[in-house]
Amino acid sequence: MISDPMANPGYLAVDRGEILWAEKRGAKGASLEACDLGRGPGVLEGAYAALPRYFADADRVMDIEQRLLWCMRTQQDLDTSDVIRRRFGEPGKTSDMEDLTAFIANKSNGMPLHAPMTAPQEKQMFAVGEAMFNRRSAVNDFSCATCHGEAGKRIRLQELPDLAHPGKSAQDSVASWPAYRVSQSQTRTMQHRLWDCYRQMRMPMPEYGSEGITALQVYMAQQADGGEIVAPSIKR
Amino acid sequence: MRILTMISLLVPLVAAAQPTSEADIARVDAIIAATFPTREPAWQRRVTQDETQRQCSITRNEPPDAMFEAIRSRELATIRFPADGQVLGDWKRGEDIAQNGRGNQFSDAPNTVAGGNCYACHQMAPAELSYGTLGPSLVGYGRERQFDAAEARSTYAKIWNAQSVMPCSMMPRFGHNGVLTEQQIRDTVSYLFDPASPVNK
Ligand code: HEC
Ligand code: HEC
Repeated sequence: MISDPMANPGYLAVDRGEILWAEKRGAKGASLEACDLGRGPGVLEGAYAALPRYFADADRVMDIEQRLLWCMRTQQDLDTSDVIRRRFGEPGKTSDMEDLTAFIANKSNGMPLHAPMTAPQEKQMFAVGEAMFNRRSAVNDFSCATCHGEAGKRIRLQELPDLAHPGKSAQDSVASWPAYRVSQSQTRTMQHRLWDCYRQMRMPMPEYGSEGITALQVYMAQQADGGEIVAPSIKR
Repeated sequence: MRILTMISLLVPLVAAAQPTSEADIARVDAIIAATFPTREPAWQRRVTQDETQRQCSITRNEPPDAMFEAIRSRELATIRFPADGQVLGDWKRGEDIAQNGRGNQFSDAPNTVAGGNCYACHQMAPAELSYGTLGPSLVGYGRERQFDAAEARSTYAKIWNAQSVMPCSMMPRFGHNGVLTEQQIRDTVSYLFDPASPVNK
């Protein structure tokens, strides 16, 4: 993995995210700088490494992207429909969500991933995530565990991380998002990765920022606990 | 009463495991429904599970003996052999089907003909190096079975519904789930059973 900012185009997303973070937007004309990502309003250092987590103000367990949308709505009074329409960037069309996530995740670079598992809501979401990870459905009868249930397997020549057991495979995989995807020329977040895996599962498109995607991330964060954050990384 | 006692005995053990507790089924269902809000019936059917998917999921693909037998007989009853009894087709078309991973994805055009994507999980022709390892190698499959007609018929059934042979197998139930047609399964069986197929070279 390349973490040299000069060689990884993901750092362009980090730079754009930094500008978006400070930009005054929405009906309130406020920036996101007062947004509490779990470590207090405006604290960025280490915040991403401790997500998803339970937020008492929203009374929900949230991943980074849900939390950002929440801050946009409540603190900026921003109509997020355009932001959600551009949730996945395309050539010539950047995504605020990917840029902001890359910027915030980068502020946890080198720190160990450690999502809290103390609030009852977090434990419940873990259990939901575990159930979803093992839930077989659709025309191919796949679950996440079909492809990520065991170490050392591959699909075609593509190596598959084992995300069903705590350990290095899950740590290296989960802690290295967002990632600049060379094959897509875009910086992608975990929301996009799981959208793509559900596509391979022949499931309908999952809703962006839905509770189900967060539940899976809560589950995977525990399998990856202690993994060193490398964000943005660069991947195939 | 006995069940209640057992549960109360189990609770401390479960609670000690990190990080805790079974998911509440109703809650999982509600979250799944909200995560896949599609209203199109054909897509919605993929979100709900059939009985076999449900049983394999909750037992983590290790059903206890009685459930194993129940799944096997239920899945066996789904198998439809071709009316003319012919389970062989064209191995060359079978090769295309084994290579083809398209179809049924939300990114595919709706009229896309689905492949079997067998190479995602199986080694088949020894010369094809791009194969996955989720399933066993099928190199020399027909040759090793002396190109036996009864074996070819069993393989047709296996591809139609893998779980009629191995309940909770990871392999998709291609015929039963409508991914592959009768003719496509014949062609795939030929890819495994034709002496001229590269699988047997
Ligand atoms: C049909 C196979 C298949 C299924 C089912 C599947 N995935 Fe994946 N997954 C892949 C492939 C292929 C990759 C790409 C691996 C790579 O590029 O290193 C991948 C990558 C990932 C990654 C990123 C790994 C990394 O190292 O960056 C995560 C996380 C992941 N999957 C989670 C899931 C979850 C959660 C589910 C279920 C909702 C799921 N996958 C279902 C095939 C699958
Ligand atoms: C997602 C993975 C996956 C895919 C895709 C898949 N298989 Fe399998 N297959 C397996 C697994 C795992 C087994 C072993 C367990 C079992 O017997 O069900 C298996 C077993 C088999 C067997 C029985 C092997 C034996 O021991 O005699 C045959 C034959 C077979 N597959 C053919 C196919 C063909 C043909 C296709 C494509 C049309 C295909 N498979 C697609 C995973 C897969």
